[in-house]
Parts: sequence; structure tokens; C-alpha cells
Amino acid sequence: MRPDDTTLTERGLPPVQARGRILLIACGALAHEILALKAANGWHHVELMCLPAKLHLWPERIPDAVEAAVTRHRDDFEAIYVVYADCGTGGLLQARCAALGVEMMPGPHCYAFFDGNAEFAARAEDEMRAFYLTDFLVRQFDAFVWRPMGLDRHPELRDVLFGQYERLIHLAQTEDAALDAKAADCATRLGLRYERRFTGYGDLAAELARLG
Amino acid sequence: MSDEDEIILSDLPDDELVLQMHDDLYDGLKDEIEESVQILLARGWAPYRVLTEALVAGMTIVGKDFRDGILFVPEVLLAANAMKGGMFILKPLLAETGAPRQGKMVIGTVKGDIHDIGKNLVAMMMEGAGFEVVDLGINNPVENYLEALEREQPDILGMSALLTTTMPYMKVVIDTMVEKGLREDYIVLVGGAPLNEEFGRAIGADAYCRDAAVAVETAKDFIARKHNRLGAAAG
Repeated sequence: MRPDDTTLTERGLPPVQARGRILLIACGALAHEILALKAANGWHHVELMCLPAKLHLWPERIPDAVEAAVTRHRDDFEAIYVVYADCGTGGLLQARCAALGVEMMPGPHCYAFFDGNAEFAARAEDEMRAFYLTDFLVRQFDAFVWRPMGLDRHPELRDVLFGQYERLIHLAQTEDAALDAKAADCATRLGLRYERRFTGYGDLAAELARLG
Repeated sequence: MSDEDEIILSDLPDDELVLQMHDDLYDGLKDEIEESVQILLARGWAPYRVLTEALVAGMTIVGKDFRDGILFVPEVLLAANAMKGGMFILKPLLAETGAPRQGKMVIGTVKGDIHDIGKNLVAMMMEGAGFEVVDLGINNPVENYLEALEREQPDILGMSALLTTTMPYMKVVIDTMVEKGLREDYIVLVGGAPLNEEFGRAIGADAYCRDAAVAVETAKDFIARKHNRLGAAAG
């Protein structure tokens, strides 16, 4: 069954099987994409658990949350792989994973590895004034952007918060006209020009396939 | 509080008015802050006293509650906007009355980064604390910083970055300062959401400041140390 976005934001997702070969400890914002890749590729050796996506609102809490999950599950799996990018931890998550002896996704953000880390870096200068949303973030726009930024309570702050941006780019993992329309509406609400770029699963697909 | 209990600011004695200003800053009430600043000035308060006892003290409470997770970015921005209203009235008067100067800071967001909310808060709090601040804005290549250091001769260089991808540029700036033999002439403070103390040390900054209130305290501390060193050298 497809987990719902609010659950993924607030509580995450426990592993279905308690034992197995490889456990992916992922951000809840990546659950749909990982499950889609797992189903499409028949990765039965891979088990997924997700931490609440809302940890992104306090990136400094991510390393401790990942460590707790690794510690709890490491005896039950042959290997653990952390499906987070740096995600605003300033290198602390990478350092923690290294100390724990587990690998993690390369890249600064999930939207960077969906876009392709190399391509994302190459476009950095041209897209300095771009605000990115993935499919998940479009669906959870209010929970991750509108409410945490206080725009529900203080819409007058919009230009203080987003005035330096020029456009919103929806880095789309799937072809979904309804989601596309919602992303365009997010751009309108922020006063930004809208663009859409289809990325598919980007580097995530190749990296997870590598785990074998 | 009901509407019938509306506070008449001009009826409050000085001590209560200052406490009310702390509350009004906390609630981001710009009009009330501007009115209260005018009231205190009309009562003969020196502009510097209004600044420190009413505005800076009030923003320090806001800063602490932000650090403790009681207030969030939108509330801090509204408080900052209210303080800005008060500062706008006080700034010309402070210049006229020769208020004490703590030092001078050049500050800017690094190349590739357009985020300026944290930097603006730091700049405003530093001004409130008596520092002269030269704000270079966003997306600054190393040349901008070096030109500003040469032109402004500040005590402090402040750099800000919000992105994991742009924060390494701070090291480019510091390494260039080292190459040119300039590094020891300035106090270098860095800040921004993804940074941490370890990163600050690793790139050769003097300190990482986790928020605007910490930036002010750190800057004052370094300036005091600098003066002590100069005093000792002269003695």
C-alpha cells in the first residue's frame, strides 16, 4: 500500500520485514520514489524504512535520528545504506555515517540528486535565484514551505522571504498533470515564475542499483 | 487583552514604557515601537540610551527565544522590522550625538548565494550594538570582500551562506586573505544555517556564530580582546 504523505512527513515509515540483506534508512520525502524503484526493478533484497520528512525543518537533528535508526537495526541486516543527501547538515551527516561505517547518498540535497548532482552543480550559477520543489515537496508545500515560513500567519513576509528568488523550478520525478498544476500554483503563491523540468529519479536510481 | 484595555503608551512611566517596548518588539509592532521611541526622545532620553535599553535589550530577548525554539523565523523577521522602524528614527540622531562606536564590520553573503535574511538580522543587531556596518549584499566573489576591506578598513569581516554548496566559498575568501597577508588584520566571523563550529575552525575563521545575538556577543568579545592586545603592546 502506498504510504500517505502526511504520515511520511510526521512519522516516517517502519520497515515491513524486520530482517534482510540491505536496509535503506531514508528521508520520508523519498519513500514513494524508492518504493517505485524497488517495485520496478524487483529489488526484493532491499528493505525500506523512513524517518519523518519533517526533520528537514531542523537539519541539526538528522544525524542523531539516523544514528539511532542505524543502531537499532544494524544487527538485523547485512548492510545499511542511508538515503539522505547532506540536507543542510553542513557535512555532519556524512561525518556521522562515516563514524558509523555506513554509506550515504552523495549530493547536497535530494533535489540535486534527482536532477543529477553533476548537472545540478553545473547549473548552480544560472539557477542561483531558483527555488526548487520535488514531487513530494509540491504535495507537501504547505507543511514544508508555507506554514514553517509563517506565510499562513504573515503573508506580508512573502517578499522578505522570497524576494531574492526569481523562479520556482519543479524538478518532477513523475509525469502528473495535476501535480504540475499544483506546482504552478505554488509558484504563483510565492510570486515566482514557474518552470518544470522532468528529472525522473536521477542519480537515485543508479546509486540504489549499485547496492546489488 | 480586550480592546477596552488598550494601552496609551504616552501615559506609561519610563520604566513601564521600556518594558512595553520589549513586548511590542517581541510582537513585531512597528508603529508602536516608532511611537515609543519618539516618546522617550521627547522625554529627554539620549538616542543611545533608547537604542540600548529599549531596542537592543528587546531584540536580545527575541534572539534568545529564537535560539531556544520558542520563536521562529517569521516572528523574528517581524520583530526585526519593528526594530528597523525604531532604528530609522534613531540613526541620524546617534550620528549627531556621537554615540559610542564598538567597531566596524563589513558583511556579505558569499558568491552563488542569494540568501540574506540571517545576514540582514546580523547587520541590524550589530548596528544596534554600536557597530558601523557596511553591507555588501548577496552573491559576493572574493574580489568584493577584498575591495571592501581595503576601502573600509573594518575590524571585522562577516560572511554568510545558507547552502551546503556555497559555504565552502568562505574558505576561498579566507585562503585569499592568507595569501595576501591580510588574514591577521581582521576578525573573521562566519554564519549560516548549515555551518557549525567545526566548519568555522576548519576554514580558518575566528568564530562561527549560530545566530545574530551570538554574532554581536562574539564581535564584542573579539574587539575587547583586540583592544587588550593593543593596550598590552603599547604598555
